[in-house]
Amino acid sequence: MLDDALRSNRLPAAPGVGYKPQHFSQILENAQPVAWLEIHAENYMGDGGRPLAQLRHLSKQFPISVHGVGLSIGGETPLDLDHLARLKHLVGWLNPASFSEHLAWSTHDSHFLNDLLPLPYTGATLTRVCEHIEQVQETVGRQMLLENPSSYLAFEESTWSEPDFLSEIVSRTGCGMLLDVNNVFVSATNLDFSPQEYIDAYPLDKVGEIHLGGHDEDKDDHGHPLLIDSHGREVANPVWKLLDYVLEKSGPKPVLVEWDTDIPDWPILQAEADRALAALERVPA
Amino acid sequence: MSVSQTAFSAAILDATHPVPEGLIDAKAQPAGGRFSVYRNNVAVSLTEAMQQAFPVVTKLIGKQNMDGLAGIFLRQCPPSSPLMMFYGEEFPEFLGGMAKLSHLGYLPDVARLELALRHAYHAADSTAIDPQSLAIPPEDLMQARLTLAPAVQVLSSDWPIYSIWQYNTQPNAAKPEPQAQDILVTRPEFDPLPGLLSEGGVIWIDLIQNGTSIGEAFEITVTETPEFDLGSTLALLLQGGAITSVNIERPGT
Repeated sequence: MLDDALRSNRLPAAPGVGYKPQHFSQILENAQPVAWLEIHAENYMGDGGRPLAQLRHLSKQFPISVHGVGLSIGGETPLDLDHLARLKHLVGWLNPASFSEHLAWSTHDSHFLNDLLPLPYTGATLTRVCEHIEQVQETVGRQMLLENPSSYLAFEESTWSEPDFLSEIVSRTGCGMLLDVNNVFVSATNLDFSPQEYIDAYPLDKVGEIHLGGHDEDKDDHGHPLLIDSHGREVANPVWKLLDYVLEKSGPKPVLVEWDTDIPDWPILQAEADRALAALERVPA
Repeated sequence: MSVSQTAFSAAILDATHPVPEGLIDAKAQPAGGRFSVYRNNVAVSLTEAMQQAFPVVTKLIGKQNMDGLAGIFLRQCPPSSPLMMFYGEEFPEFLGGMAKLSHLGYLPDVARLELALRHAYHAADSTAIDPQSLAIPPEDLMQARLTLAPAVQVLSSDWPIYSIWQYNTQPNAAKPEPQAQDILVTRPEFDPLPGLLSEGGVIWIDLIQNGTSIGEAFEITVTETPEFDLGSTLALLLQGGAITSVNIERPGT
């Protein structure tokens, strides 16, 4: 269980965006309405140079969220201690406003597959994931937010629903949640469940950050819709609607727009952040 | 049926592996083609990482050929760390082993140069000395030992590696002529800069990095390469902000 002394997360309940180096000078000129920035931890684990110089500069003006994509929390093998030490170092000097990772695995047999791979929701997975989260929180010295995945398939062996599984992790480890609303919509479409019911069962009071991102549309072998969490376009309209549903229940939260491939010009990202701001302004504080 | 991560990752990296049993779709039927989403994500993201990491190699062989090569490479040498900024360390050797590319003998060295540029990009920051620190009596200068910036990298090639790099990245660069070339990579501020080293420069810099004094390194270098030009080599280092300290030990002090 998380020690009360560990610092928790404190992003503003305002729009943020995933930081891309090509937007550096425009962000410094006019960031409105973007109030905070998120970085992928692994891109800032070099020894020096431009990436770290830019990050140091931005961190003086914006709250920063450190979002790990390579820790492999759900891995069957032990956590990579070198990687954990790099994460501790980054969080240590940067002192970010938030620190998060994914319910997923990406490393196996010392091979890093550079994707967020799915987990069966079983007792064995639960034990392993909780052990890893406790190890991360103890090493890094602060609370971690855990992000719900986007799913393209399910495991026959699963015995837990995803929201119940996440709630159980939260209560065992004291971690917080990162609710990715696009992931909920993608998984709900791909696996035929109600996204609203999923949200109803989600530990919303433990959510420290919300993610939004664009998805692509495809079909599976049987013609069933298959949405792909691609982060390469605008957030889809039904995902904005689902955000309204979430915020009405949760109250205002930090809302991040992710756009990681086919990265647009800064004004297009600003427009997405404007939509997030409008959604936040519709919610009574 | 439980699905191990061993089976899952094997099926991702090798599309001839069957999709693991126990993965299902919305109607509890076998997941089938849905598994390809993961195969594609992994292959596409690693292929894109390779193109970004080796832009000149990609330009030299064409994007389509690079896609094909990356597809083979990523299965032979998947990343061994989540630090994608250093992915592709084995790529030069991989290129050297491809029989179909043997007519492009310089490709492995171009890949080595691109790796060196990336290492320089992410290397620790350092502060360059004021070039005036080297404006000292020659006998003192010869006794001096230098510390070089962490970004400094040296490459020796049997190919006109510097001219090839220039020709493919700079407008109006001259066409490469057949010759051996050595490169010094420095990082004046944030952008790595390759510079053409004169003959013997690689030997001399290697000695300097091992703590040999300027004079002693010079003596050793000219016995092997009489035409070694100390002045131009020092100038190249200074120009790249590559010297971070000068330590002069005067006899008797």
